[in-house]
Amino acid sequence: MKIRKNAIHYNVMVLPGIIFLILFSIVPMFYAVMAFQNFKPGRGIWGSEWVGLENFSYLFMLPDSRLIFFNTVFLAVMKIIANLIIPLVFALLLNEVRQRFMRKTIQTIVYLPHFLSWVLLATIFFDVFSLDGMVNKLFGLFGVDPILFYASNKWFPGIIIATDVWKEFGFNAIVYLAALTGINPVLYEAADIDGASRFRQLWHVTLPGVRTTVVLLGTLALGNVMNANFDQIFNMYNPLVYQSSDIIDTYVYRVGLNDLQYSLATAVGLLKSVVSFILVVVSYFMASRFANYRIF
Amino acid sequence: MVGRTSLSNRVIDGTILAVLILFTLACLIPLLHTVAVSFSDKTAADAGRVVLTPIKATTASYSKVLDDTQFFNAFFISVKRVLFGGLLNFALNIMMAFALSKEPKEFRMRNTYMWFLVFTMLFSGGIVPWFMTIKSYGMLDSMWALILPHAVQVFNVILLMNFFRNLPKELSEAAEIDGAGPWYIMLRLFVPLSLPAIATVTLFSIVFHWNSFFDGLILMNSQDHYPLQTYIQTLVAQLSAQAMTAMSPDQLAEAMAVSNRTFNAAKIIISMIPILLIYPFIQRFFIHGITLGSVKE
Repeated sequence: MKIRKNAIHYNVMVLPGIIFLILFSIVPMFYAVMAFQNFKPGRGIWGSEWVGLENFSYLFMLPDSRLIFFNTVFLAVMKIIANLIIPLVFALLLNEVRQRFMRKTIQTIVYLPHFLSWVLLATIFFDVFSLDGMVNKLFGLFGVDPILFYASNKWFPGIIIATDVWKEFGFNAIVYLAALTGINPVLYEAADIDGASRFRQLWHVTLPGVRTTVVLLGTLALGNVMNANFDQIFNMYNPLVYQSSDIIDTYVYRVGLNDLQYSLATAVGLLKSVVSFILVVVSYFMASRFANYRIF
Repeated sequence: MVGRTSLSNRVIDGTILAVLILFTLACLIPLLHTVAVSFSDKTAADAGRVVLTPIKATTASYSKVLDDTQFFNAFFISVKRVLFGGLLNFALNIMMAFALSKEPKEFRMRNTYMWFLVFTMLFSGGIVPWFMTIKSYGMLDSMWALILPHAVQVFNVILLMNFFRNLPKELSEAAEIDGAGPWYIMLRLFVPLSLPAIATVTLFSIVFHWNSFFDGLILMNSQDHYPLQTYIQTLVAQLSAQAMTAMSPDQLAEAMAVSNRTFNAAKIIISMIPILLIYPFIQRFFIHGITLGSVKE
């Protein structure tokens, strides 16, 4: 009886949130039927003509599709790899620092970029990578001619990946640092007594200690291969580098909300959502199988 | 333990520290550069001569920002958004996380709600349907459009819920025997015990609201309704629009000179201030908060 009485309160607690989710997450899913229509804003969802899979077949014929798909997956995969390795290296190095003050200061500074917006960072990087910016000055010291980073399809993807790592490596290291503190200190003492050098301790104690975390993060990252980070690219790119950095999300924005081709953009977005959803579900399934991971 | 102080170990320690300092400087230098530009003389900055220290230090660009009414208008829209949006997130986060932290035998619908939450987190209709939905509610150009769609941040709810679930069960059982109801237990027991986790998710939601630019861009028709980041984004867009028309290095340099570097740098620094103010206070909590909430045994 008591339990049932409490359950009413629990329902009241979750209900406002559920209503918001229905209004702003579930209702848009119904609007996604626009992907199967020739949507005319004047006629609305009910009045627009149904065209079946026409938008999708048109989509597969567009030369742009292959490009944006390739760019999305390429940039996302490169970011995933870099964002697994560099934070790990950083965490392993930081773990060797014994002075508490040093550790805290370094941590406080490297977490900071995670909390700054891509709008602000894009403005800063635009300056840093400009023709007379800091990077070109640094290159100039080695006799390299100034490079137009923002107009170069060769350099720009690298900048996208590097600046993303720059922003997130500190914050991504948190999970690794947590795993490293979880390693039993007795293991190091035993290794020390056995005469293991620091490199051997790293190899035989520390790395096995974080292996599961690396595998887990890698598995979960699989769900993200369709996401190359809209906020970053939207703020940093320009038409000169569309060829190397236009991704699905930026394409949907331009085609849908700028050119008002609602149905085509919805079809692209829906396709992406479905593929992403499947990838995330598969990655969670794998994570729960191999690393006993559960989100709740 | 002898090995710890040997020469080779000290060399290794020194190298490690040097590499870490490089990592740290890499994070700091672009920000320091922007500060230096914002305090520099306009002509020196536009010529690209400023590196890490201001040249002919002046606060001229800051007084120019003070005169920019559109900047402050946007700034206060963002403040309002953070205040109301953050408060709504705060209340819903705690209520949902508390209820969902109960076992299914106490709260039978719990798992159903949980799957619903995860589904909405993982699957979406896409940007265009989202835009059409908000348009159909007649929310375009209003503050509601910036706050209500983000009322529930599922990821934060799950983070906090996992934290709540790690609190000892005996606590709430004892309180219940003493006659406390769910609301009392939540407010008087769970909230005070979970301040680090609550601070963490609140920081996340404040940062989210402060940093959002995209919804402002597509949902606001009038520039007077732009939040700060959207306003600054339009400046960036102008910059790169200039860059794209300049095909040759000379033309690009010319375009860059037209834009006022010091003025923009000052705006960027001012927009960072709110984050820089709250970040150090909450920073010490979130490592604990995140690791307890996200990685489960």
